[in-house]
Amino acid sequence: MKRESLVSITDFSKEEILDLLQKASRFEANPNQKILEGKVVATLFFEPSTRTRLSFETAVNRLGGRIIGFSDASTTSSSKGETLKDTIMMVSNYVDLIIMRHHLEGAARYASEIASVPVINAGDGANQHPSQTMLDLYSIYKTQGTLSNLNITMVGDLKYGRTVHSLLMAMSHFNPTFHFVAPDELKMPIEYKIFCEQHHIPYFEHSEFSEEVINQADILYMTRVQRERFTDLMEYEKVKNVYTLHNSMLDHSKENLRILHPLPRVNEISYDVDSNPKAYYFQQAKNGLYARQAIICKVLGIEV
Amino acid sequence: MNVEKKELKVAALENGTVIDHIPSNQLFKVVSILGLEKCPNSITIGNNLASKKIGRKGIIKVADRFFKEDDLNKIALVAPEAQINIIRDYQVTEKRKVSLPDVVHGIIRCNNPKCITNNEPMETIFHVTDKVNIQVKCHYCERSVSKDEIEIC
Repeated sequence: MKRESLVSITDFSKEEILDLLQKASRFEANPNQKILEGKVVATLFFEPSTRTRLSFETAVNRLGGRIIGFSDASTTSSSKGETLKDTIMMVSNYVDLIIMRHHLEGAARYASEIASVPVINAGDGANQHPSQTMLDLYSIYKTQGTLSNLNITMVGDLKYGRTVHSLLMAMSHFNPTFHFVAPDELKMPIEYKIFCEQHHIPYFEHSEFSEEVINQADILYMTRVQRERFTDLMEYEKVKNVYTLHNSMLDHSKENLRILHPLPRVNEISYDVDSNPKAYYFQQAKNGLYARQAIICKVLGIEV
Repeated sequence: MNVEKKELKVAALENGTVIDHIPSNQLFKVVSILGLEKCPNSITIGNNLASKKIGRKGIIKVADRFFKEDDLNKIALVAPEAQINIIRDYQVTEKRKVSLPDVVHGIIRCNNPKCITNNEPMETIFHVTDKVNIQVKCHYCERSVSKDEIEIC
């Protein structure tokens, strides 16, 4: 049985991504399968994340696996000063798979190197969160019927938002056109623009969130503009409502447009958008279940 | 009065390694990369010497010590122009430049305080992403560090 870890979405090739999408759609058709029967999975959440943990745990439960773990590091021996290495070595003895979230960047890569079982990164600080990217890709694939040749418009905090960075890297295989809509303080970092140039991916930057930009989009990927990201709070007050999507802004948008958001939402999507059939963020979260079932089977080397 | 004795002479090496053309402001980083603080051999260090190539240079002579090539190449991180001379029986038997490896184990400290390497007892690993302008990327937190920001641990 081939075993591997998933730390970063860039660990997967284009072919592997496409294969995972196929698997995810098979799980969506039939989410309850006893393929993890007899297996024990650890969910080690050194940093709380209810949404991600529940999604992973549901994925394991629906596949018939059992779960051990913790949802808060304060109740574990890491609060007594135990190293991550020791915790991982100990847990590796007990389980078939480790799903881990940690506040330190690089923690998942390190854990994958020392664990004797596969590790799935469920978020390491501001670094990577590949299962989120897989569910984003699955949502795009499902709603557009393809990942290729799409106009992806990203809005909000493009500087610190790790979901947009990972999505950008993953989409680079599929000939996209990007539009980046962000205030000056939260613009897409230069390294990702260089990445686009190296991969001959056209991108356009906008500081104004206009209907003109929305009307050409296939996917509108909204993110939260967080107050704590601003050094100048005056600047935050100025832009906080500028990047809010209202239903009226969608009047002339494309038929196939879908609005994605990694959630939680605060005020960047107005509630009147929720009933618009183009709003997709709640289904997107549901897709996380199937994407995670596919990832779990892939790292365990289980063919489905 | 004896005027001839005023010049302090540094003996030529009989056997050992000379590291020449180190930029003056990087000399002590090179000392640290090679772990010379703990080296018991005779070591001569000169700094701020005139150099046609790089303005002011530093030089290190270590007697009776021949470093592994991989160890010497690590100094290319801070002194890419450095030149290595291997001395045997007072003769320069080998002269070469340093060249940056693709991966550097240890040596560099990640300057991201939230990186796992700054919080666990473990060795850092950096991938060299740009050998010309010298840029490295942390294997763990994936943060890129440019030449001037490189911290030696």
